[in-house]
Amino acid sequence: MKIFVCIKQVPDTETKIKLNADKSFIDTTGVKWVMNPYDEYAVEEALKYKQAHPQATVTAVSLGPKKRVIETLRTALAMGADDGIAIDAPESLDSYVTAKALAKAISGEGVPHLIFTGKLAIDDNASSVSQQLAEFLGLPHATVVSKFEAKDNQYQVEREVEGGSREIVQLFGPSIIAANKGLNQPRYASLPGIMKAKKKPLKELDLKSLGVDESEKKLDFVDYMLPPEKPPVKFLDGDVQNQVQSLTKLLREEAKVI
Amino acid sequence: MSDVIVFCESQKGELKKGSLELLNAAKKTGKNVLAVVLGPQWKSISNLPALHGSKKVFVCTDEKLKHYNPQAYSEVLNHILKDQNFEIILASSTLMARDLFPRLAAKIDAAVVSDCTELDLSSGTTVRRPMYAGKCTATVKFKDGVKKIILIRPNQLPVGEPDPSATAEIIEVSMPILDLKTIVKDVVTGTSEKLDLTEANIIVSGGRGLKEAANFKMLEELADTLGATIGASRAVCDAGWIPHSMQVGQTGKTVAPTLYIAVGISGAIQHLAGMSASKVIVAINNDPEAPIFQKATYGIVGDAFEVVPKLTEEFKKLLN
Ligand SMILES: Cc1cc2nc3c(=O)[nH]c(=O)nc-3n(C[C@H](O)[C@H](O)[C@H](O)COP(=O)(O)OP(=O)(O)OC[C@H]3O[C@@H](n4cnc5c(N)ncnc54)[C@H](O)[C@@H]3O)c2cc1C
Repeated sequence: MKIFVCIKQVPDTETKIKLNADKSFIDTTGVKWVMNPYDEYAVEEALKYKQAHPQATVTAVSLGPKKRVIETLRTALAMGADDGIAIDAPESLDSYVTAKALAKAISGEGVPHLIFTGKLAIDDNASSVSQQLAEFLGLPHATVVSKFEAKDNQYQVEREVEGGSREIVQLFGPSIIAANKGLNQPRYASLPGIMKAKKKPLKELDLKSLGVDESEKKLDFVDYMLPPEKPPVKFLDGDVQNQVQSLTKLLREEAKVI
Repeated sequence: MSDVIVFCESQKGELKKGSLELLNAAKKTGKNVLAVVLGPQWKSISNLPALHGSKKVFVCTDEKLKHYNPQAYSEVLNHILKDQNFEIILASSTLMARDLFPRLAAKIDAAVVSDCTELDLSSGTTVRRPMYAGKCTATVKFKDGVKKIILIRPNQLPVGEPDPSATAEIIEVSMPILDLKTIVKDVVTGTSEKLDLTEANIIVSGGRGLKEAANFKMLEELADTLGATIGASRAVCDAGWIPHSMQVGQTGKTVAPTLYIAVGISGAIQHLAGMSASKVIVAINNDPEAPIFQKATYGIVGDAFEVVPKLTEEFKKLLN
């Protein structure tokens, strides 16, 4: 019973983004890379499933620049995943090629029982790979999942929809679940876990070995820009009454937003 | 010449604002605009896209489409699109669209890009979107000849005037036979009848400065007066005052409303990332050094408990 969890490294949320010289990407010097926060929920849910189903194994899969991929896989292994698949690939793949490569890597391992991912990666915020992976593998998917229950080969999830409403969705058979915050409380890697992780199997693949080519990309992100400098804030003076009166007046007459 | 497809969503029997914006953008290209609308709620309103420039409306009102279902929706769309000559599909970057269109893109071998904030179709296809939850932006460069699915955040583009006499060819589509591996069992409605944060035109957001959950009442009154949606910082979501679905920021929702009012929010980098693209930002905070003021258009240094009720009164006077 093979459970997969797809993970990615992203710049820590504290990162102040700077751009590289030709504005073709961010300047990655000094960036601290961490596991995408939503992927931590995905790893945790896979591990919880394994705890409840002793015949299950958890394989963590990650695609990207090799060094970072291996680092984040080691974290997942230290949390308790059984083995890892590292797919070495350039930084600038789009979600289409990423999902295609993940699909090939996963189907190369046999039939997946369940696949967990984060609901989005907080770098490009695309929230696309899980659904594309599901389509390429011909599996049902549910995204933005904050509750997951398994009963035999049937799953019931709760997912957030508009306006804070929640849907209760059932999925039948092998499925892809994209985790939201609230799904669980991710565990920390313990020291013994970290030691053990060093000996766990880690398979190294690249795009070529998967028969996927970078030229299949559908798009590139170019011409990066930092947000325009904002003019300094206008502080409103006077007592509270004056402040709120000036504010409503400015919002109507100057900013014209109400 | 290829057609432009606009996927429309409705709420309470009206086209959503985001859909109106996209119909207008599509119309301005001078190309044929085809609308697609899915779900039984469209039975009596499938002509709405016509009033905004659509020449053909594909509609499937099957009960199976009552609730969004990724498999059913993507299959019906595929069924409709396979006979169309198009290069671009436009949709609002709603929670539903963000779930649906990546799946469709993989199915029809198209490019997909979510959460875009700029769209210019006057010569070619120019699209920009935030990256790193708004810490920077980038242009999307599509590969030559690919079909493009572009999801645009609501409230970014102008809306056109409707033409009440305009008509369109309405094409009823029947549901293909499907072996559904997902079903929606139930929908638990949220506390809010309001627009989702990602679609709201005005957001009133509260942080730890509000001291306790009960004090969000004060913000709700302000929000009701303005027809705004409530948002929050992570600190108060983590504290359980407010559901996570209302969190704004890098690990919450990235938003770009016309007006964002931040009350008792310090402006941590993760919060700013998610909202600094808002057109006008008002910050109310008793600490003049709070980082939120660096991104704010207007600032009131003061106690939220004094300022907010008075502000609500003032808006009431102005808006009534
Ligand atoms: C991995 C990670 C991801 C994160 N993601 C997010 C995210 O997505 N969104 C997010 O918001 N945060 C996020 N955070 C948390 C973020 O770092 C801050 O901790 C959080 O935003 C602070 O919330 P706050 O502004 O409500 O609280 P505080 O920082 O405590 O600020 C409270 C503010 O209220 C003001 N105040 C106090 N009393 C009053 C009063 N009576 N009247 C007026 N003002 C008053 C204070 O001056 C202060 O500025 C993340 C953190 C991490 C580590």
